[in-house]
Amino acid sequence: MASPIIKKYIREGTLPHIWCGGCGHGIIMRNLAVAIENLGIDRDKVCLVSGIGCSSRIAGYMDFNTLHTTHGRAVAFATGVKVANPDMTVIVAAGDGDISAIGGNHLIHAARRNIDLTVIVMNNDIYGMTGGQFSPTTPMGDLATTAPYGNVDRPFDIAKLSVGAGATYAAKGSAYHVKDTTKFIQEGIAHKGFAIIDCVSSCPTYYGRKNKKGGAVEMMELQKKNFVPERLLERLEPEWIEEYDKTIRAMKGGK
Amino acid sequence: MSKKLIIKEDWCKGCAICVAFCPKKVLDIKKEKATIVNEEACIYCSLCEIRCPDYAIYIEGGK
Amino acid sequence: MAAKQKEKRVLLQGNEACVEGAIAAGMRFFAGYPITPSTEVAEQAAIRLPQVGGRFIQMEDEIAAMAAIIGGSAAGVKSMTATSGPGFSLKQENLGYAAFAEVPCVLINVQRSGPSTGLPTSPSQGDIMQARWGTHGDHPVIALAPATVEECYHLTIRCFNLSEKYRMPVFLMTDEIIGHLREGIVIPDPKTLKIENRKINKKIPPFAVPKGEIAPQSAPFGQGQRYNITGLVHREDGFPTNSTTIAGELCTRLMKKIEDNVDDIIEYEERHLEDAEVIVIAYGGTTRAATKAIELARAKGKKAGLFRPITIWPFPAKRIQEIAKKAKKFVVAEHNYGQLVHEIRLATKDAVPIEFLGKVDGTIIMPNEIEELI
Repeated sequence: MASPIIKKYIREGTLPHIWCGGCGHGIIMRNLAVAIENLGIDRDKVCLVSGIGCSSRIAGYMDFNTLHTTHGRAVAFATGVKVANPDMTVIVAAGDGDISAIGGNHLIHAARRNIDLTVIVMNNDIYGMTGGQFSPTTPMGDLATTAPYGNVDRPFDIAKLSVGAGATYAAKGSAYHVKDTTKFIQEGIAHKGFAIIDCVSSCPTYYGRKNKKGGAVEMMELQKKNFVPERLLERLEPEWIEEYDKTIRAMKGGK
Repeated sequence: MSKKLIIKEDWCKGCAICVAFCPKKVLDIKKEKATIVNEEACIYCSLCEIRCPDYAIYIEGGK
Repeated sequence: MAAKQKEKRVLLQGNEACVEGAIAAGMRFFAGYPITPSTEVAEQAAIRLPQVGGRFIQMEDEIAAMAAIIGGSAAGVKSMTATSGPGFSLKQENLGYAAFAEVPCVLINVQRSGPSTGLPTSPSQGDIMQARWGTHGDHPVIALAPATVEECYHLTIRCFNLSEKYRMPVFLMTDEIIGHLREGIVIPDPKTLKIENRKINKKIPPFAVPKGEIAPQSAPFGQGQRYNITGLVHREDGFPTNSTTIAGELCTRLMKKIEDNVDDIIEYEERHLEDAEVIVIAYGGTTRAATKAIELARAKGKKAGLFRPITIWPFPAKRIQEIAKKAKKFVVAEHNYGQLVHEIRLATKDAVPIEFLGKVDGTIIMPNEIEELI
């Protein structure tokens, strides 16, 4: 038995998931299910694309058309799905390393094109799957296995980066702020154009332990205390496929 | 149908998020699993359900 | 464009002919990135696709272009990209993904001189072994090599047909010689073309292969099957597994898709082999010099013939062994330091002496250079 939302959207027999106890990813996955349910989208027309890392496992769990791709490339694969079949609702779920390090180029260019994709970042400030290396969002001074004396890299703000690159919807949510984050995901999916929802997740296993942030509960308390959910931007601008299809129509393509 | 608080023990990883954010102290961790210790106090607010990363606790019925 | 179009004669560049062939095969999505000497493929796709209701996208890099066509194909649209040496290197990871996840797609590689940035505008056949072994892990490969502009058209169609039938990426290994060559070609009446489309059966698991069939029959995304595609070792239902048994079975099944069907996939051309004592083996752009060299040699009374693999991978080893029995000598000409010649040596086990003519300076092998070895 499971709750109706889980029974409906999580593939039978795939739970319990592989994420560690207290990992925020499970909460964010549920938020996505609720957002799709609220929007009433036919899930046969939903394509969920992921890359590599802890976050990427979401593709195996959720009962959509799911594409678990290579590290960093989810947005590029998703672009192909969307351009080939614009009727589909195409969603990318990615980790902070996946989307902003190895996949940073794809992120900014999809944002620039304003192609109708929704990117959900499960941002836990660390490479979890490989055991706790610093990522482009790890704060300066924090510890990681590859920053044993403190991280000297400056972090990205992924949502602001996306806005700078041309995203037309951007919001920041967190695992703790379920209602706001679910609403942002819902708005992002409904938005015509490139949408990004950067969600603070939590990794008690590596980031929390390494940086003495406490366990699952303490890390959630930190989100409650320090984080304010925020919609950075929502505006309509020409969307890539709509613009391209003007040319097809002008040429009476295929007719 | 009346509401009921359900724990799916084999999915619970004992992270205690549900325990910490329950406003009515209904839950506790026993033997590394979430356990209902004061069901009468439960107001079925769903805060445990929406924040359980493992979908191991939920409210059944009602609405 | 019009359905009732009859056969017509046109002047086309090799790169453009690839696009015309692809459109005839049903390609309606192209993702590319500019790179010499393949750029005209992308340019022609950008011109032609909206005319037939398809879409072209210029991606941010080579990796993204490869990723995008895999996504496009997963969504059910025949998809293609084109590149050259450095771009082919960048695409390797996702090519392995497409092979392992069994997503049909076509890649045109207009080979140029390498390694690294090399001589971008000079011809080469230096990616032959990369086509076979470029991505990590064992995986099936089909690669064809055209020798004329007309073949660019027809072999691109064949690439799509093989790709759909075997559910895997297929390479057209063309080169700067053919890519930039302009020739008059006959574009056949589209109704006369044999076009293969992927077989679909939603009632079986997405990665199950029914008895007597070659490849899985999953439906494109969006048609209600709702399955998972992954580059991890996966079960028939598409979900990842750590089972070593399934890993072994899956890798073996993928390799056997090719091994069990070499006769269906392999094509080659033979000239004057009935009496040839010296057999010149050449493929792609090099074929043109080889053909002329054989003409020159035969005019002088030398019994020379040509063997040209059209299918490079899988390699036509069986046929090479057969022709080696009658020949006194092989002359192998390639625009590289010796790549396919290794396969020929492996197949013949030194049963016949082999003279190798390779070029890595970016200049074209001339007929007289081959003739001297005949």
